Amino acid sequence: MKRTILAVALAATPFLSQAAQFDVEITNPTRGIYFTPLLITAHPDNVALFETGSAASSELQAMAEGGDLSGLVSVLNAAGATTVEDPANGLLAPGASATTTLNTDNAAANTRLSIVAMLLPTNDGFLALNSLEIPTEPGTYTYDLNAYDAGTEANDEVRGSGTPGQPGMPVPPPLDPVLGNNGTGVASSAEGYVHIHRGNLGDTDLNGGSSDIVSTLHRWLNPVARVTVTVK
Amino acid sequence: MIFSRHTLLVLPLAALVSGCGSSNDNPLISGSEYQYRVTITNLTTGQPFSPAAVVIHHSGWQALELGQPATVGLEKLAEGGDNSDFISAADADSDVLSTATGQGIIAPGATEELTVSVGLVNDHDLSLSWVSMPVNTNDGLAGVIDARLSGWDVGQSETFLAISYDAGTEANTESADTVPGPAASGLAEGFNPVRDDVRNAVYLHAGVVTGDDGLTTSTLGEVQRWDNPIASVRVERLQ
Repeated sequence: MKRTILAVALAATPFLSQAAQFDVEITNPTRGIYFTPLLITAHPDNVALFETGSAASSELQAMAEGGDLSGLVSVLNAAGATTVEDPANGLLAPGASATTTLNTDNAAANTRLSIVAMLLPTNDGFLALNSLEIPTEPGTYTYDLNAYDAGTEANDEVRGSGTPGQPGMPVPPPLDPVLGNNGTGVASSAEGYVHIHRGNLGDTDLNGGSSDIVSTLHRWLNPVARVTVTVK
Repeated sequence: MIFSRHTLLVLPLAALVSGCGSSNDNPLISGSEYQYRVTITNLTTGQPFSPAAVVIHHSGWQALELGQPATVGLEKLAEGGDNSDFISAADADSDVLSTATGQGIIAPGATEELTVSVGLVNDHDLSLSWVSMPVNTNDGLAGVIDARLSGWDVGQSETFLAISYDAGTEANTESADTVPGPAASGLAEGFNPVRDDVRNAVYLHAGVVTGDDGLTTSTLGEVQRWDNPIASVRVERLQ
């Protein structure tokens, strides 16, 4: 897990009274992308789930390639984070939303909000809110989230595995009937660092072509998710 | 080139009273005029925008809501570029203070300026929304939704970056008989009440695939693609 000590200039922050309880709503506004179980966490400012331009941790890789949150949750628990897993009880479908409440009454150091989930169908794409400073003034705040590529797996866009290090995309039931078959694989290689996802290529050939992703259903333009934080 | 139309709304008495703090002005005095200049720039290369619909409103009104079905007025705007029903429906809403429509098409790279005025007792709950159709799509929308104007000083300005939405009312075939813009045949049907998209709900536009990228039914080419932000909208308070 990469830990980044941020040079925070706010001398008054250590004992600042923070928003103790807030609601988080995550909306999937995409045309056809599913979100794997969401991780929502309030954590100290010396912890980050990833840093763009740097290699992904093995825990982030497991989330981005297969939706497995267990590694990230272990790291966050060790850091004293306040974490909610899977508020949608499974995949968050296109057009759907999920809501949860975080309470940091007994964890005043958890001043940062991060949210991640894998995007399906992708090889190692994920949505992220990375270490947002949680607002303290009562109110409703809206954030648009971009799609990132973990850089750990080649974007071959064909059916395969969600196991870290294994090629291809995991295909849970809702995606099985809509994805193509027998794609030969888009020429690609793991990029090596976390970056903004360049989007899916896909094709219009449901039985062949280079990709099993459907270009008319599974592309996106950033943002890919909308988050509303309500501080009471 | 510059055209503007503004509507000074006579606020219902109840709204005036509820919008007024205990130490505020007499609610029967109509308040002062707030005026905003709205400058819209089309950031695409191949998507002319239909005439702009600009609405100044309270938070109780929304131009569109992600995940919810489009109103018929929004559907007509998104499928054919005709904003008249959308504007009339907004004008009839008690949370809408003023509307304006642009003179015409905003070409790729072009800018249009409108001035919108509204009589207000205060600006405690004031937002601006803009929507146009990128006309070389089936049912696309470019928009700035709920840009907050509250508490601005005269002369203050802010630039909002617009993203693209899909009204969710028409299948994205990109075919010559369904896309109303100049990239198509010119014979396309605009509005059609049938709702046959992936779901009957507004979502974020995924972009156009185009014939250059293998969609054989598409009348569009690579130049009709775009990325977000699709437009920039500068708002300045003039008075």
